[in-house]
Amino acid sequence: MLPASTDVLVIGGGNAGMCAAIAAREAGADVVLLEHANKSMRGGNSRHTRDHRVMHDEPTATMVESYSEEEFWQDLLRVTGGNTNEHLARMMIRKSRELLDWLSARGVRYQQALSGTLSLTRTNAFYLGGGKAVLNAEYLTAERLGVEIFYDSQVTAIDITDGHATSATVVNRGFTYTINARAIVVASGGFQANEQWMKEVWGDAADNFCIRGTPYNRGVVLKDLLSKGADPVGDPSQCHAVAVDARGPRYDGGIVTRLDCVCFSIVVNNLGRRFYDEGEDFWPKRYAIWGRLLAQQPDQIGYAILDSKVLHHFMPSVFPSISADSIEELARKIGIDEQALAHTVSEYNHAVVDGSFDKAVLDNCSTRSLDPPKSHWALKLDTPPYFAYPMKPGITFTYLGLKVNDEARVLFGDGSPSDNVFATGEVMAGNILGQGYCAGTGMTLGSVFGRIAGEHAACCRN
Amino acid sequence: MLSELERETARESDAVTEARRVMQICNACRYCEGLCATFQSMVRKREFPEPELDYLANLCHNCTACFHVCPYSPPHLIDLNVPQSLTALRVETYEKYAWPGFLATLLRRNGLAVSMVTAFSLSLVLVLVIVLRDASVLFSSHVEAGSFYEVIGQNVMIAVAGGTFGFSILAMFIGVVRFWFSTQRSSRVRVGIGSLLRALWDVVTLKNLGGGHNEGCTTRDESYSNQRRVFHQFTMWGFLFCFVSTSVAAFYDHMMGWVAPYPLLSVPVVFGSLGGLGLLIGPPGLLWVKLQSDSRPMLLRHYGMDYAFLALLFFISLTGLLLLALRETSAMGIVLAVHLGFVLGFFLLMPYCKFVHGIYRFAALVRFHGKPVG
Repeated sequence: MLPASTDVLVIGGGNAGMCAAIAAREAGADVVLLEHANKSMRGGNSRHTRDHRVMHDEPTATMVESYSEEEFWQDLLRVTGGNTNEHLARMMIRKSRELLDWLSARGVRYQQALSGTLSLTRTNAFYLGGGKAVLNAEYLTAERLGVEIFYDSQVTAIDITDGHATSATVVNRGFTYTINARAIVVASGGFQANEQWMKEVWGDAADNFCIRGTPYNRGVVLKDLLSKGADPVGDPSQCHAVAVDARGPRYDGGIVTRLDCVCFSIVVNNLGRRFYDEGEDFWPKRYAIWGRLLAQQPDQIGYAILDSKVLHHFMPSVFPSISADSIEELARKIGIDEQALAHTVSEYNHAVVDGSFDKAVLDNCSTRSLDPPKSHWALKLDTPPYFAYPMKPGITFTYLGLKVNDEARVLFGDGSPSDNVFATGEVMAGNILGQGYCAGTGMTLGSVFGRIAGEHAACCRN
Repeated sequence: MLSELERETARESDAVTEARRVMQICNACRYCEGLCATFQSMVRKREFPEPELDYLANLCHNCTACFHVCPYSPPHLIDLNVPQSLTALRVETYEKYAWPGFLATLLRRNGLAVSMVTAFSLSLVLVLVIVLRDASVLFSSHVEAGSFYEVIGQNVMIAVAGGTFGFSILAMFIGVVRFWFSTQRSSRVRVGIGSLLRALWDVVTLKNLGGGHNEGCTTRDESYSNQRRVFHQFTMWGFLFCFVSTSVAAFYDHMMGWVAPYPLLSVPVVFGSLGGLGLLIGPPGLLWVKLQSDSRPMLLRHYGMDYAFLALLFFISLTGLLLLALRETSAMGIVLAVHLGFVLGFFLLMPYCKFVHGIYRFAALVRFHGKPVG
């Protein structure tokens, strides 16, 4: 049975919501947390994460060297193309430094970077067991602190006047309740799992997207607040989107459907044509642009084509590659025009210049006078059997969100901060991520703004 | 034309097929890499032929940490249950590598098999005493040196114990050699004294029951607990102490001509008593932990194997300590006979019960610490 009232109501039980609930409870407030999913599927997209990006001045138990505020900021600036808020971003970066200790004290454990992610050992801290281990620790901590957690509880509306919230309407296992709250923390994620909304933004192309994470992020609270005067931030078409195996499930495929082979392949659309420089930079710096690139191709599909030489240079995909002894046969198997693919491959092969292949550096294997070029790791496709992986856009989360200030307060109307509505996590990620993505930023901003939101929300009870 | 892998796949068991599916998905994720040796070994591979899966299944200590942190745990479309899948395969490997083959079926309904063989052994010892000696020796007290042999003749005891124990050791040796060469044929690993020592250290510390953070197995409420590790230590050390006690006693008897019963402060009695205490605490503790634990990652149909083994160890120890307590009374004869009945059952069953998990797991740990060749 849901309580009739509480001090702090947290909407959403992912990492961001859990950090807010824990911080608010530790500050002395009574806290109710509502999670849309059931217990097995709890935790939103955090369930599929594995690391967060943190600044640090010296090596930690699991991270090497140092990662300064300035460097983190430059990385963010680069991926977002300046489409960010420097004040909020720098605050997040500075506060990210405290996260290792804060989360460790609440049961989160870290490990050395996973194999295949070695380029991130300096910038990112990896959770032992991944994001679900983090959630388990956070839920256990929250329960022990006395946070009241309710699963299968979807918030459908917030009662709000001039930016001041009084209650929320909740559907819990088929019954509707109203919970009065002195403060509300919105941590309910983006709207990527709302097919109708995605179609409004992307048209029919949205039918060909995979939603990598939770099917529960439908943007209901986000839409409700935007309709009640909350200031929006970010473009609805911007999102964290990567290339995933086109054979993966529509929802919740998580990490295992991602493809790491692009740097060692050529990628063609279903007309058999290349459309982007596959070897532009290291994969962790480029993986987040490929979802968008694929979304712009006909039928939102692409094919990574590679040969036997490079098969062992990347993480195995969960689906077997499609293989053939000739390029023409491969084209037949994946259903694209044989001539077109053969032409693209031969054009590419002629453009490849000799170099010394080294996947650990930006090597000098590239193409000459080819459009688009392949700048690194370009080797001729000449060693059968040949392999193909079909790829689709995999949407992680959308960036359209609630504009907040540095106390995580949601801004209403003319940019004036709410006295008791706060936001954290993907629902406000657009404040910092206007476009592009930098591995591990989502969890960092969820934790940092979650703590801030929880601490300030707890003050509303006085 | 079928490839080698496809031919293998055509005749392999469901447990192998499922373990391969699971490992291939896990290998595309690797979030569990820090948890235990199984995942650290998995990431070195891209393909999982059957012997490789047999090895991974035996490397898994069933701590269940991975189940609790897996984003694909049931209920989920992708439906991964690593501990359960590897347990199913692990139990199959006991049967697959067991020697001689016709006895391997004892491992299939193992709870029943262990109970029946133990019942048979208990009866056999009692019948032997009555037939070979006299029923009255069961009820009279014997306190002087060699008095145990009053109950069961020395030659009979040596022949039966030595014969069954020797056979079981041979059977387990052949089993583990088959396991070893099967995995070596699949992919070769070079091992030396270093890998042996590191494997021993893993056994001594039960590192792989630490959950990757050394705080233990994951419990029902997602907290960590070292209870299982602690009770396993009682059981393992209890068994090893009893083994030392028995070996020293055999040495005293055959080499030195010192005949049991031995004084309270002798090596066999001290080790036997400490070991016996370990086995009084460990097995019931493990049973209790098992009953408390989250059953979702467990394979309930194999609980019989575990229960039977734990019960057998417990009763060997209970009767052994009773014998020590009552050896100067007229109850000695009957307690000795019952104790030897349990011990005989254990000797007979060693290669065909949960006992073998230690042998295969140790071999898997040695392989884990070896150096891949080529």
